[in-house]
Amino acid sequence: MSQPPSITLHVPEGTESDGQEPSPDSERALHTSFHQLILEQSSLIEAGLELEMKERDRESPACLAPPDACAAAWPEPGQGEQCPGYSSASLQILASMPSRTIGRSLGAIISQYCNRTARLRRRSSRPPLQQLCRAARPSLRQYDLDTDPARATLEDKWSLLVKELLSLSPYQRSQMLLTLPISLAEKRTLRRQVNRQRGLLRQHAQHWAPSSPCGWSIVYVGLGCRGLWYRLLSLLRTAQPWHYTLKQISGRFGSSVLSYFLFLKTLLMFNFFSFLILLAFVVALQAVYPPPSASPPPFTGLELLTGAGYFTHSLLYYGYYSNVTLNDPCTPGSKGSACPPAAPPFPYNMPLAYLFSVGVSFLVTCILLVYCVSCSFRESVGSSLGDLAAKVFCAWDFKVIQRRSVKLQCENFCTQLKELLAEQRSRSHSQSLCQRLRHCIVVLLAWTLALGSVLGCTLAVHHLSKHMHVVQQEQRAQGSGRWQQEAILLVLPLVVSLLNALMPHLYNLLAMWEKQDSPVTQVYVAICRNLILKMVVLSLLCFQWLSRSVVCSTEECWETCVGQDLYRFVVMDFIFTLLDTLFGELVWRLILEKRLRQRPEFDIARNVLELIYGQTLTWLGILFAPLLPAVQMLKLLLLFYIKKTSLMRNCQSPSKPWQASHMSTIFITLLCFPFFLGATIFLSYTIWSVQPSETCGPFRGLETIYKSGKSWVLVLQKSNPNITWFAWVHQHLVENTFLLFFTSGALLAVIYFYIQVVRGQQRVICLLREQIAKEGEDKIFLMQKLHSVYEQRERRA
Amino acid sequence: MGGSASLLPRDALGEYQELTFLSKQEILLAYKRFSELLPKQERENACSARVPKSHILTLPELRANPFQHRICHVFSTSEAGDNSMSFEDFLAMLSGVSVALPKGTFPVPTDFDDDGTLDRKDLEQLVNCLTGQGEESRLSRAEMEQLIQNILEESDIDKDGTINLSEFQHVVSRSPDFASSFKIVL
Repeated sequence: MSQPPSITLHVPEGTESDGQEPSPDSERALHTSFHQLILEQSSLIEAGLELEMKERDRESPACLAPPDACAAAWPEPGQGEQCPGYSSASLQILASMPSRTIGRSLGAIISQYCNRTARLRRRSSRPPLQQLCRAARPSLRQYDLDTDPARATLEDKWSLLVKELLSLSPYQRSQMLLTLPISLAEKRTLRRQVNRQRGLLRQHAQHWAPSSPCGWSIVYVGLGCRGLWYRLLSLLRTAQPWHYTLKQISGRFGSSVLSYFLFLKTLLMFNFFSFLILLAFVVALQAVYPPPSASPPPFTGLELLTGAGYFTHSLLYYGYYSNVTLNDPCTPGSKGSACPPAAPPFPYNMPLAYLFSVGVSFLVTCILLVYCVSCSFRESVGSSLGDLAAKVFCAWDFKVIQRRSVKLQCENFCTQLKELLAEQRSRSHSQSLCQRLRHCIVVLLAWTLALGSVLGCTLAVHHLSKHMHVVQQEQRAQGSGRWQQEAILLVLPLVVSLLNALMPHLYNLLAMWEKQDSPVTQVYVAICRNLILKMVVLSLLCFQWLSRSVVCSTEECWETCVGQDLYRFVVMDFIFTLLDTLFGELVWRLILEKRLRQRPEFDIARNVLELIYGQTLTWLGILFAPLLPAVQMLKLLLLFYIKKTSLMRNCQSPSKPWQASHMSTIFITLLCFPFFLGATIFLSYTIWSVQPSETCGPFRGLETIYKSGKSWVLVLQKSNPNITWFAWVHQHLVENTFLLFFTSGALLAVIYFYIQVVRGQQRVICLLREQIAKEGEDKIFLMQKLHSVYEQRERRA
Repeated sequence: MGGSASLLPRDALGEYQELTFLSKQEILLAYKRFSELLPKQERENACSARVPKSHILTLPELRANPFQHRICHVFSTSEAGDNSMSFEDFLAMLSGVSVALPKGTFPVPTDFDDDGTLDRKDLEQLVNCLTGQGEESRLSRAEMEQLIQNILEESDIDKDGTINLSEFQHVVSRSPDFASSFKIVL
């Protein structure tokens, strides 16, 4: 990079170069100094520039700029629209400005990163707000006159950078090395130099080395553990299932369709953890100590669909589990025998285990969900500004590698741009009152239709379940065959799944008719309506199950009945997803290809909502059917392969503008907030307030399920007076609502604090943008002055 | 893959892992794919060999990419100017097309005339690259003007009519998809 003309600034005493920034008074002095400089040294500048021009013509530009672009690097006069009428000399100077040459000049990069590491070393995580009350320009504030690294030679800069890197912590150093924009070979030499220096330093500073063999062994153990940990991490990365399949999918369809499959994988993980906990603490032990029960009816194939019959008295349902302590040597009822004094085998309190396992699995799911939500939120919180710019710079999906898909992506991109531009144009033309009124009416009508359909579906489901109950009673009275009785049970799940499959298509049509402003809004509105339908139907079903006014009202063991119902819903949901894939994708493709010669699109939103619905059913059913997560896992595995095959054969990538990470955030948030929260509320209500059945299950005979936990605490208290603190904690913290209010209040206060911090930072950003705009004006002013200097020179010559 | 691991020295593997965003498995896979691009006799010392640009462009990940030439140009450290790539250039390319480029300031596809900023011509060329080569998928003159005007309004903070590196990074940092979609995965 050519050296800028050496300008010496005569700054009056009082401003130090390091640490203390110039105050507004000294800035005035700097301004007058600049003004004098321009007046007095204009001839010097001219001479210096002339010399520089001669040098630049002599030196070959290829050593710095890429050879094929060097011609373009010196734009001809009059070509640039932003600098009309600038002479070629001033354009050359413009082109060698630091902000434009930073990428090409190694020296500039190194000095920039030197400064960056120095600042990193000096300051704390957030810059202090006091710095802003001064009016001095940021560029002047950090102008170190004496130690300006831009003047040093390349070797000096290099050693300065090495020195700065040594003073950082190892983590910061590795981060800095990662982000240095130099080639990998240069990074390696830099790293080796830093390590060499560090080795030299370590030899001098021996005092920190552990002197005793104990200390050394700790160091070695620590190093060994760290090595093991890294090896485990790399193993985990290789153990990613379906890596090649997912790459195939993203290569052909892009990141948005990939987000559906990644979501499926996440759900599989949730179910896996729930299943593991329940298996280890509840199912396996009950399998080892089976309760006495009557011989089950013979297995026919229908049980896989209905979950009744052979499965009724099996590990699948709540009713099978015993309410006694398993493996207890002191069994109650053994007349007169004292407990054997020999070492007792481990007694296992099944009711407690059941309650706690369900609780812990929900807690683990909650923690994982909140973690996933926070991860996605961190990635996808973006401002609405810069829609078009962000779209143009960041929209290209490098994962797409097939030629046809690339062409399709280009076409989609063009369409999206045209839509965005048209939307902007229409926004700038304000709509007439008549048009706006018409649009309002259409939107209102569409929403009324949507909500009305939801209400209609709910009433239909309600009346159908009542009717089915009546039919069931009649059939039982008549004593008809088992097949008929069980087939009746399938009708309600069938109808609900049918509604869930058909209504989203209706909502899509509605959204198309409505013609919203932007296609993204269209998608969100359709998702919203679909969501409302599912939530309302599920709430109705939950209410029916818990109130037992219609469903399972005559059963003795109502929990098993509810578990069976949920099992049927899960299985029906799977069957209908299969049918939907078959008809919605395969048959539709055959039709569309004949008519329009195009393939159907993969509807991501609808598919994801189906997944969320299925997962909610599983969560609702964990208490009543502990093996339901296993069923759901099997279902998700099968679904993965079926959807993938159908996708590859039948679909094309979606043309709507999907922002993959934004969508993932929305999906995982939807999973968390209405659905997981609803399932937790359902579970809590069941545990706290509903009376379990008298004849079956681990909580038979108790008032509520929660009472088992309470009685355990009382038993503990009685048996061991030393742990009264535990009972006290239980009484005052868990049962008292004051703690809940207190934590909510504290959480709200923390949220308010963070909101204020964010607001303050936004204000700072506005101020900084204004300052940058003013700096830009300065730059243009200086360029014009320079140009006028050149003009004068030419006129004189 | 055990064979290729013995060819890539262990300390080099550790160094590469620290200096790039790739894991050991990804580096080994990259080594395997890179040595497949070389002729058989040169595969022994793949670390120091250079692969000509035409061979790199046969990779399926780059074959159909409209920015293939820019990517090779930006990541190649060849002095001869033929845009050939060594193994380290290849790793740098995989480590993050969006991060820490050795040459040229902008994450790959933008600065077409290499003058250090994005001016109107660069933006126009970028949009044409993104919308494809077909005639029907190009924007009209008026739409292009409107688009470029909007982009400059949104991203040019110092109002000099061009977008320099900091402004570009500012726009890109607000996009959540950037890091994940601007990545070539083998």
